[in-house]
Amino acid sequence: MKIFVCLKQVPDTETKIKILPDQSGIDPAGIKWVMNPYDEYAVEEAIKFREKNPTAQVWAISMGPKARVSESLRTALAMGADEAIVINSVENTDALTTAKALSSVISSETGAHLIFSGKLSIDNNQSSVPQMVAEFLNLPHTSVVSKFEAGAENVTVERDVDGGAKEIVQMMTPALISANKGLNMPRYASLPGIMKAKKKVIKEIEFSSLGIAATEQKIKYSGYSLPQEKSPVKLLTGDVAAQANELIKLLRDEAKVL
Amino acid sequence: MSKILVFSEFQNNNLKRSSQELLQFAAKSGAESVIGFSLGSQAGANAAQMAHHGATEIHLSKDAGFDAYNPELFSAAAAEAIQKTGATIILASASALGKDLFPRVAAKLSCGVVSDGVEITIVGDDVKVKKPLYSGKCFATAAFENSSVKIVLMRANQLPVVAADTTKTANITEHNFAKPNLKTLIKEIVKGTSEKLDLTEANIIISGGRGLKEAGNFKMLNDLADVLGATVGATRAVVDAGWVGHSMQVGQTGKTVAPSLYIAVGLSGAIQHLAGMSGSKVIVAINSDANAPIFQKATYGIVGDAFEIIPKLTEEFKKALHG
Repeated sequence: MKIFVCLKQVPDTETKIKILPDQSGIDPAGIKWVMNPYDEYAVEEAIKFREKNPTAQVWAISMGPKARVSESLRTALAMGADEAIVINSVENTDALTTAKALSSVISSETGAHLIFSGKLSIDNNQSSVPQMVAEFLNLPHTSVVSKFEAGAENVTVERDVDGGAKEIVQMMTPALISANKGLNMPRYASLPGIMKAKKKVIKEIEFSSLGIAATEQKIKYSGYSLPQEKSPVKLLTGDVAAQANELIKLLRDEAKVL
Repeated sequence: MSKILVFSEFQNNNLKRSSQELLQFAAKSGAESVIGFSLGSQAGANAAQMAHHGATEIHLSKDAGFDAYNPELFSAAAAEAIQKTGATIILASASALGKDLFPRVAAKLSCGVVSDGVEITIVGDDVKVKKPLYSGKCFATAAFENSSVKIVLMRANQLPVVAADTTKTANITEHNFAKPNLKTLIKEIVKGTSEKLDLTEANIIISGGRGLKEAGNFKMLNDLADVLGATVGATRAVVDAGWVGHSMQVGQTGKTVAPSLYIAVGLSGAIQHLAGMSGSKVIVAINSDANAPIFQKATYGIVGDAFEIIPKLTEEFKKALHG
């Protein structure tokens, strides 16, 4: 019984994004790469499941330039994943291509019982790959999950929807779950875990060997730009009553947002 | 010339503002036809609203089986509707439902999907979408290639809405969509504690941070929010401290928002928080620390004690708005 975790490596949330002069992308210089924060919840939930089901094996899988992406897979191994696979590819494959590649590898490995992933990656902010993987593998999925319980032939999850509402969903296994914050508290890798992870062999698969046509790439980004610089803040002075009245006046007459 | 299909959502028997925006935009885009498409009993009862906002034809299923969202059921119906109507451009809101549903539809149709659009241009069959990346730290323009169907999920409040034209009508086609064997069962829907708009759809947001000192003091923000018809948000720090739920978190690991007015109270403006809200049109910062980074993003700022300013603001807004 295999539990797959699809994860992505992204710039750390502290990163200050800079744009390349030709606006074709972001400047990679100086970026610290980390595991996508939502994927940490996915790894943690997979390991928790294995702790209760010792016959299960946790397989972490990621796609991207292997030298870099392997670091995040090592993090997953250090947290407790059993095996790791890297699909070696160029940067910036779109969601459909990525999902095709992940599902092709997962299906050829066989034996998937559960697939976990983060609800979105904080770089492209698409929330697409998990649902696409589920569709390609013909599995049910629930996204944005903050509670997970496994039964014998099904799983019950809580999905966070708009306005703080929740949907309680039951899915037949195998199934795919995309994790929201709140699902669990991801563990830190232990020192023995880190040492062990260093020795593990990460299985390498070349993206080009999967036979996915270039025409499967559907979205192309260009014209990268930074948000417009704001004009300096207008500070309001006077006592509290004067500040309150001035603010209301500005919002109504100058900014016209009321 | 293209056919644009707008996936329309209803709430309390009203076409959601986000759907109104998309239908009105599609109606002005020069498309051959604007297809209003919706699923469930609310769609059946209120189909005419789609015409009032610009749909030239309406396709729907009144089946109450669609009243609760089920990804397998909805994705099969949406894919079938797209194929049957011959629509090549699909517009939907980047709501919880839209973001869950359309990637699955895109996989079925082997086409591209762009989520969280803030600007869109349609010229003939060509679709370009500006969207935030890295949670708003930068923007880029997404274009489609090798994609006969193009799916765009737009953020709410990005496109203008004018009053509905209730004289407009459109032909309604009812469908009996094929239902797949479901492996997903929706057992229960638990309503949120708040009846307010979700952060991602709110036009005014008031967010609080550690400067509020304790969870109970969020009441002060709720009071102001009630007067303004606003939704309350929060920083990661106070969500992690357990003061409020994660559904209220604004920022790179929370929600990315772009309201007309964002009032930041007692929050310094960590880079992850700024990423999630800097697309707001007008930002008001209220903080006791004049050096807080939030003032660099703010349109208007008040350096002072939130515990004095917020109650006073609430009182004055009440007078000004509800006289």
